[in-house]
Amino acid sequence: MDLLQTKGIEKQFLGVKALKGVDFAVKAGEIHALMGENGAGKSTLIKIITGVYPASAGSVYFNGKECKFRSPLDAEHAGISTVYQEVNLLPDLSVAENICIGREPRTKLGFIDKKERKVQARKALARLDIDINVGENLSSYSIAIQQLVAIARALDVDCKLLILDEPTSSLDENEVKELFKVMKKLREEGMAIIFITHFLDQVYEVSDRITILRDGQLVGSYDAKDLPRIEMVAKMIGKTPDEINQMQAGIVKNTKFGETVYEAKGIGRVGTISPVDVSIREGEQLGLAGLLGSGRSEIAQIIFGVDPHDSGTMTMCGKSVNFNSPQKAVKAKVALIAEDRKVTGIIPDLTIRENIMLALQASKGIWKTMTLKQQEEMAEKYIKLLRIKTPSGEQLIKHLSGGNQQKVLIARWLATNPKLLILDEPTRGIDVGAKAEIEALTQQLCGEGMAVIFISSELEEVVRDCDRVIVLRDRKKVGEVAGEDISLKNVMKLIAG
Amino acid sequence: MNKSSNKFRHLVWPLVSLALLLLFNAIFTDNFFKIEVKKQDSTQSVQAPSVPGDSSVPGTAIDPTEVAAAAAAEEVEAAKQTVKESAGQQAVPEKKDDKGVSIFGYYLYGTPIDILNQGSKVMVLAIGMTLVIATGGIDISVGAVMAIAGAIAALLISMLDAGNCIGAGMGPSVYWIIPVLAALVLATLAGFWNGMLVAGFGIQPMVATLVLMVAGRGVAQLITDGQIITFDNPGLVFLCNGHALFLPFSVWIVVAMYVIFGLLTRKTAFGLFIESVGNNERASRYAGIEARRIKWLTYVICGFCAGMAGLLAASNIKCADSNNAGLNLELDAILATVIGGTSMAGGRFFLSGSLVGAILIQTLTTTMYMKNVSPAIVAVPKAMVVIIVCLLQSPVFRAKVLSIFASKAAKGGVQ
Repeated sequence: MDLLQTKGIEKQFLGVKALKGVDFAVKAGEIHALMGENGAGKSTLIKIITGVYPASAGSVYFNGKECKFRSPLDAEHAGISTVYQEVNLLPDLSVAENICIGREPRTKLGFIDKKERKVQARKALARLDIDINVGENLSSYSIAIQQLVAIARALDVDCKLLILDEPTSSLDENEVKELFKVMKKLREEGMAIIFITHFLDQVYEVSDRITILRDGQLVGSYDAKDLPRIEMVAKMIGKTPDEINQMQAGIVKNTKFGETVYEAKGIGRVGTISPVDVSIREGEQLGLAGLLGSGRSEIAQIIFGVDPHDSGTMTMCGKSVNFNSPQKAVKAKVALIAEDRKVTGIIPDLTIRENIMLALQASKGIWKTMTLKQQEEMAEKYIKLLRIKTPSGEQLIKHLSGGNQQKVLIARWLATNPKLLILDEPTRGIDVGAKAEIEALTQQLCGEGMAVIFISSELEEVVRDCDRVIVLRDRKKVGEVAGEDISLKNVMKLIAG
Repeated sequence: MNKSSNKFRHLVWPLVSLALLLLFNAIFTDNFFKIEVKKQDSTQSVQAPSVPGDSSVPGTAIDPTEVAAAAAAEEVEAAKQTVKESAGQQAVPEKKDDKGVSIFGYYLYGTPIDILNQGSKVMVLAIGMTLVIATGGIDISVGAVMAIAGAIAALLISMLDAGNCIGAGMGPSVYWIIPVLAALVLATLAGFWNGMLVAGFGIQPMVATLVLMVAGRGVAQLITDGQIITFDNPGLVFLCNGHALFLPFSVWIVVAMYVIFGLLTRKTAFGLFIESVGNNERASRYAGIEARRIKWLTYVICGFCAGMAGLLAASNIKCADSNNAGLNLELDAILATVIGGTSMAGGRFFLSGSLVGAILIQTLTTTMYMKNVSPAIVAVPKAMVVIIVCLLQSPVFRAKVLSIFASKAAKGGVQ
């Protein structure tokens, strides 16, 4: 019997139909992958199942009964726990407090039993084979550990269905393996798991069944072993397998490089990154590779002036510059699409149009304004160019899906016509189709003479797209490969040391 | 949904509340809406301050405790008198009239006009406060800054009147501009100080502005040497008592401030940057916006607005009372802002909404006075109305109420 079943779920948002009659079922003791492009309706479906939104039509059955959860807490009490892509915990509370929040063990007098709380927290973490000091603040641990703490918290309640929304996007390979071990163990125990990810390998590694959504509609549910990978991608983006092969073959590296755009000698910052040389030419795509925390993003932050350098010099187009604030970098036509979209990217309550024009307006200053018509034309142009899925540029950006928000941010920086574009994990948490689009776009920009610095934890992407790769380990530059030498093997070797 | 309806949606509930309040007055308060056109005797000069028991010569210092109560009493008295006079119960209003000189010789007279005049202080404050709150900050020092502005203006005008200050030679009809400018500059500097603490040193806004809220009245006392300084300079008194183009001059000050800051925020990118910084400061910085400078600037503007409000307050009662000028008005300004639809969390802001909020608050206060509610307990009914307005604005509350009605209606339908 199905543990969870949805029938004809529909959801309408301000004139956009996000879901159109979705039937979906999960059995106990299976890992069920929910796949689809950005904006396909995965997150919306999950949010309806867990009571974040009410459905416009249709019904949800859990354990054979029709359920109308009014809040995630409601769903949690019924036995549905969710771990979201962005860690939704309280960074300034301890790990133990986070795990037990809302269900603290009590002493006889009704006070919180702090000792017991730590014991419970340790027990919950032990289930995931994690051994950390549960008294420390959550924020003192890496995002990966925080993610695992969130999962431990979800498991701590009496949980029959666990929903993991992009749990692996901030984990490194070993952590992902650990997580999968845990997932398989939970499956043995008879728990149902809904697993959302954009990593196709991972889908096949753990999933029993795969359900695919496209444009808010159900494409179908399949046994994982009966669905070849290329066919799954084809179903997700609504193209035939042949067309996809063509798309992937379409990436042609630019080989003609112009003048040096940016050059830094020995830039570093105490406690952040050891002095490093970086230079990049027009039309060149420079990759920064390394494990999470190896100093990739830190270099980007230093170049962009978010964390000013305290040693070394930098030149932009032959002129000596000192980027000690993003303003200066923006005015010198440097652009950074930073790692954490929610924190450093979008302005949630502004419209798409305003989000797109923001960086250009910032570089112009307060007085030189664009007319509303110019702004609208600009928004219109990028919505079309980057295929941003929205009814209009006047929609608030927070109503868009993650991938479309990312496209808006790309539009924001393209509008400033940058000479140097830094992309920090631009493909994280977005789907195959959008990924291919972004890769093709950066190649095209390079062809037009833009210099691009590309940071990604997916080595295949770095190897496939970059003309030169700087490899980092432990916040130091450990090597550089260029041209023909760029291969997965060489880069891996340097990373491993 | 079309654009224009979106643009004014935030105004709906404050306006509905205001309309309800006015409706209440229309029914229960006699002659509330009666507005007369009065002719001002052009030869009549500005009279001495009408502080009860006032035998002192303007420009001299008098005992603070005496006037503190008197000033409050006067406001009540003024509100009542307006009604009485417009009801025609009093003879020859010109003789008693305290409203100062008027351009064109004619002006409108009545309770609604009085509300606008008395509400001008909070309206001016609310303009600056809205910008600060939009950046996610708050400025609780504006009341104290008003006292400072009033104090410096009164001190300078008394020195000028006595002839021992540069510029006294220009004559009283011109030199009043000096204290006005001095007060605005000093208040702007106070705003600069607040901005420095908040944006420059990253101190939490509530704490940073608390410093000046507490110390500001002390500074004002220092300026006036602990005394209440009265004045009768026609220029200074005109600010809040004079009339121009049929309306109190203070109303035109509000209009001017609204137009200036409306244009500054909406015709430049300043407003967008404020909203962006208030909504996500870090992302704004990453987008190349000088977030600190933007925040700093809003505090400077807020200080300037507080200075203007301080001048209006001093002009209104023709004296600078460091202890009571602008007392608790910061709270009214914050309330007006929130009622007007600007979120305390920062982000989108609505200057027009804040003005409506300020008018709503003043209408409420005036209604209380006219209904003979003692000034001591005015806060209670005021709080109740504010709660109602805030509830009306809350989508959650509206949805709950609607669902109750809907379920009742459904039940009724079945029966």
